[in-house]
Amino acid sequence: MGTKRQFRIWRGDADGGDLQDYTVEVNEGEVVLDVIHRLQATEAPDLACRWNCKAGKCGSCSMEINGMPKLGCMARMSTFEENETITVTPLRTFPVIRDLVTDVSFNYEKARETPAFAPPADLAPGDYRMQQVDVERSQEFRKCIECFLCQTVCHVIRDHDENKPAFSGPRYFIRAAELDMHPLDAKSDRKEYAQSEQGLGFCNITKCCTEVCPEHIKITDNGIIPMKERVVDRRYDPLVWLGSKIFRRGQVPQTFVTSEHSPGAVRSHAPSGGTHSHAGGSHDVKSETQAQQGVNWHREVPKPTAPAVDASGRLPLTELTFDRAAAPSPFGDDVTFPLPPEHLNFAHPEQDEKH
Amino acid sequence: MTTTTTRIERHHYDVVVIGAGGAGLRAAIEARLAGKKTAIISKSLFGKAHTVMAEGGAAAAMGNVNSRDNWQVHFRDTMRGGKFLNNFRMAELHAKEAPQRIWELETYGALFDRTKDGKISQRNFGGHEYPRLAHVGDRTGLELIRTLQQKIVSMQQEDKRTHGSYDARIRVFDETTITELLLDGDRVAGAFGYYRESGEFILFEAPAVVLATGGVGRSYKVTSNSWEYTGDGHALALRAGATLINMEFLQFHPTGMVWPPSVKGILVTESVRGDGGILKNSEGKRFMFDYVPDVFRKQYAETEEEADRWYTDPDNNRRPPELLPRDEVARAINSEVKAGRGTPAGGVFLDIASRLPAEEIRRRLPSMHHQFKGLADVDITKEPMEVGPTCHYVMGGIEVDPDSSAAYGSVRGLFAAGEVSGGMHGSNRLGGNSLSDLLVFGKRAGGHASTYVDQLAARPRVAVSTVETAVETALAPLQRDTGENPYTLQQDLQAVMGDLVGIIRRENELEDALGRLAELRERVAKVSAAGGRRYNPGWHLALDLRNMLVVSECTAKAALERRESRGGHTREDFPTMDPQWRRINLVCSLEGDTVRLDRKPLPKIRTELLNLFDRAELAKYLTDEELAEFDALAAADAAATEAAAAAATAAATAAGADTGAGAAEKENR
Ligand SMILES: Cc1cc2nc3c(=O)[nH]c(=O)nc-3n(C[C@H](O)[C@H](O)[C@H](O)COP(=O)(O)OP(=O)(O)OC[C@H]3O[C@@H](n4cnc5c(N)ncnc54)[C@H](O)[C@@H]3O)c2cc1C
Ligand code: SF4
Ligand code: SF4
Ligand code: FES
Repeated sequence: MGTKRQFRIWRGDADGGDLQDYTVEVNEGEVVLDVIHRLQATEAPDLACRWNCKAGKCGSCSMEINGMPKLGCMARMSTFEENETITVTPLRTFPVIRDLVTDVSFNYEKARETPAFAPPADLAPGDYRMQQVDVERSQEFRKCIECFLCQTVCHVIRDHDENKPAFSGPRYFIRAAELDMHPLDAKSDRKEYAQSEQGLGFCNITKCCTEVCPEHIKITDNGIIPMKERVVDRRYDPLVWLGSKIFRRGQVPQTFVTSEHSPGAVRSHAPSGGTHSHAGGSHDVKSETQAQQGVNWHREVPKPTAPAVDASGRLPLTELTFDRAAAPSPFGDDVTFPLPPEHLNFAHPEQDEKH
Repeated sequence: MTTTTTRIERHHYDVVVIGAGGAGLRAAIEARLAGKKTAIISKSLFGKAHTVMAEGGAAAAMGNVNSRDNWQVHFRDTMRGGKFLNNFRMAELHAKEAPQRIWELETYGALFDRTKDGKISQRNFGGHEYPRLAHVGDRTGLELIRTLQQKIVSMQQEDKRTHGSYDARIRVFDETTITELLLDGDRVAGAFGYYRESGEFILFEAPAVVLATGGVGRSYKVTSNSWEYTGDGHALALRAGATLINMEFLQFHPTGMVWPPSVKGILVTESVRGDGGILKNSEGKRFMFDYVPDVFRKQYAETEEEADRWYTDPDNNRRPPELLPRDEVARAINSEVKAGRGTPAGGVFLDIASRLPAEEIRRRLPSMHHQFKGLADVDITKEPMEVGPTCHYVMGGIEVDPDSSAAYGSVRGLFAAGEVSGGMHGSNRLGGNSLSDLLVFGKRAGGHASTYVDQLAARPRVAVSTVETAVETALAPLQRDTGENPYTLQQDLQAVMGDLVGIIRRENELEDALGRLAELRERVAKVSAAGGRRYNPGWHLALDLRNMLVVSECTAKAALERRESRGGHTREDFPTMDPQWRRINLVCSLEGDTVRLDRKPLPKIRTELLNLFDRAELAKYLTDEELAEFDALAAADAAATEAAAAAATAAATAAGADTGAGAAEKENR
């Protein structure tokens, strides 16, 4: 009862390759991974592809189907048109090993760099007490099956190998967030670490990662944004805050002292580097009063940095999978205008005199 | 041949752990904690091993939900579940040590679901008397493996700080398959394999090897197991001179998906039935009432009305027959389908839609709702599911010393833990006992492997000739182009095992199976794989086939030999349990190329453990002879206590309470 369907599958290895056409029988209820298996059993026994569980639980079978990063075992054939040619390619962000198998060691390296759980010194095994509500936030992130779909879709590294050393990617942002929210983790600088070592600042909250996550983890809303928010809380600086949203490793704000920079210069940097992507708004009392008190021009001010650009010096806007034809809003898609007053980079000239 | 051998990457380790599931990772952690240089090898990526798929939970008598639970109760449940064929010492160690192993995971960062007072929550599961399964929603296996994985990372970070390299003392070799264990005389000297990515060979020289390679389910077409489960560890052990026990016992989970074909075998969790789901045949009949065996008659309802009342009032009604043990339900479904009352896809209906409001189903079974919606496009709040038995777990495995996990047989320096080892679960495993088994015996295997290395006077050496043979065997399928496609052979093997060595077994069919397996052996010896050495799944399967084959032979042989039905082994021609057979383990070993089967008496259970059961229950399992012995002991015991009491009173009246009681106590010792 099967029907014949057209497939184009990328075959090749690190030295190159191309899309090859296959006509395969597809039966009712099958998924893309079944088709791959049928090809292996018939025409192409050496077609390389990873899989394990066939139930969306292990995160092995990640591939790009019609350009969209997906789990092959969860991509039902019935979601495609009868006469549609289905193109299957390996994950684009990672180097190809062969056919649909890529070298994902980047992710394991990043995992190894992320500081592990620090157990509380004074608690013996068996004495851990935590409330369900308190563990739930971290549990959401622990659902991650490490399929690395979020990693492959993230534009910061998708076509930018040069960003890889400095950027851990959404999977490891939520690992940091998970530990940050762990009720008993003894390490307290997870957010700072994410900012200074993992390259959290590269992220401009396009939310592509959340969209592809097969576990429906709210990577951006529940992981990245809270991490950013609180890092910002601690270092709140209304003037350069916008500019510091994106910076490279080594250009972490506190390493720069800008007493010799004229405020004008800082300001002129801000627009080009500013990708404001703050969703909710910080309601830290201290930063609010600070904002109202205006700007102390003599304090140490971090230098804003330009956003990551590609080889041609342009902003990367080429996401295949992006759901719009144009670039994302530099302020982030989830920002509504007008901005809350405490976020405005403006101080009334007479404000200082009042205090 | 020397040209090939010189290109082999060589590594030296103290302990090599084959397998990166729960058992392997726990063993590696232990070996590294004991200061041994440790390697972890895995066929798939790090963190993707089969353990990731476990749903329900890990059984440990922590007593967080019901404080009456303790190791004795857990031990009892395990022995009952395994129909008393378990190695009692393993069941005892498992029940005693499981709580510590679970608590330990919390110090590695695991986040289990909590009780109201902040402890680890525990859930009910088939066969466990009290709520006992530590869990995280329905993804407990993921939590377990991720936690262990992250613990290993944390140790690597420590090593990086002290030694300058992450890999200084513990290293993971992922996507690497071991094809051969290398020996120096009767001692393990190393392991040989290939990188799946590049096809290059790799040689580990190590005096101790821990096998934690999981199960054998891939020999069946309908299975909840992944491609990794080709019985590699079982076969490696056999070839190294170790023995396998209980290979006839396979657990078929009664409810696997049967439709669509692509997901055939994927698990439908037991909780569906626990929450009110019922089984119906194509005539709409709730058939389980016809399949309640006599031994269970007292505990299970006879009418639908009574069964339905149980869900709300379990104290005054008997359980619905849908909740019989896994082996009973699997057999019932099998019989219905064979009698022509199955669904179009060859299963039966599992109906929850007509039993609970849609809202409630979505709340209680979120992942099943999601699984059926996603994989089958079936809305379980509206339609029934189609389910059938699926090959799930192998109880049999490497025969090990219960305390040290060292393999029996002629080999030394070989250890085994997890699904690949045998004995712990007897003839049938209880749900949730596997995850705790991995931790308890993983730790033991890692620890004892380290001790073994410490007391070795000299390191065993790998002989060049054995490496050369291993290379030749590995390359052979690529160099032949006259043989058959490995996928065809795998299908044929699956057909033989599924049709002839399946849930219900018959003597003539088993004999037939052995004949066909012998034919397949010839064909597998000549298999050829197209393509090159880089990430070539055809070649990988060609190499796995011989392992699947020898393990299947063990299963078929043992199944033919055991003339009774018990747990995961059902003989149509011998449908009842036979106490004489309970005293016997069937042990497989390799003699040259052929599987040899021996009978071996089961170790005798210690009296104080036997006393945990009441006589009526023991009578179901023990032979008359054993019962007589038990009675004699009990009588002697009773006499002793009586005598002691009498002596005490006598002494007390004679010489005053204080000194007299002390004297009587002394006498009694
Ligand atoms: C769907 C499903 C649900 C389950 N639910 C539960 C549950 O709720 N509770 C419970 O207790 N149990 C459950 N089980 C059973 C339990 O998950 C397994 O028995 C257990 O995970 C086995 O663990 P392991 O460490 O022995 O091996 P695995 O986790 O299977 O790991 C085997 C490892 O060995 C490696 N390996 C194999 N061969 C080679 C080779 N030749 N060379 C190198 N490496 C090799 C593999 O790559 C893998 O890393 C379930 C099983 C399934 C299938
Ligand atoms: S939100 Fe966008 S930029 Fe940020 S991590 Fe996710 S995909 Fe990358
Ligand atoms: S966060 Fe989601 S998309 Fe990213 S690796 Fe984990 S499961 Fe995959
Ligand atoms: S095979 Fe495990 S997620 Fe697809």
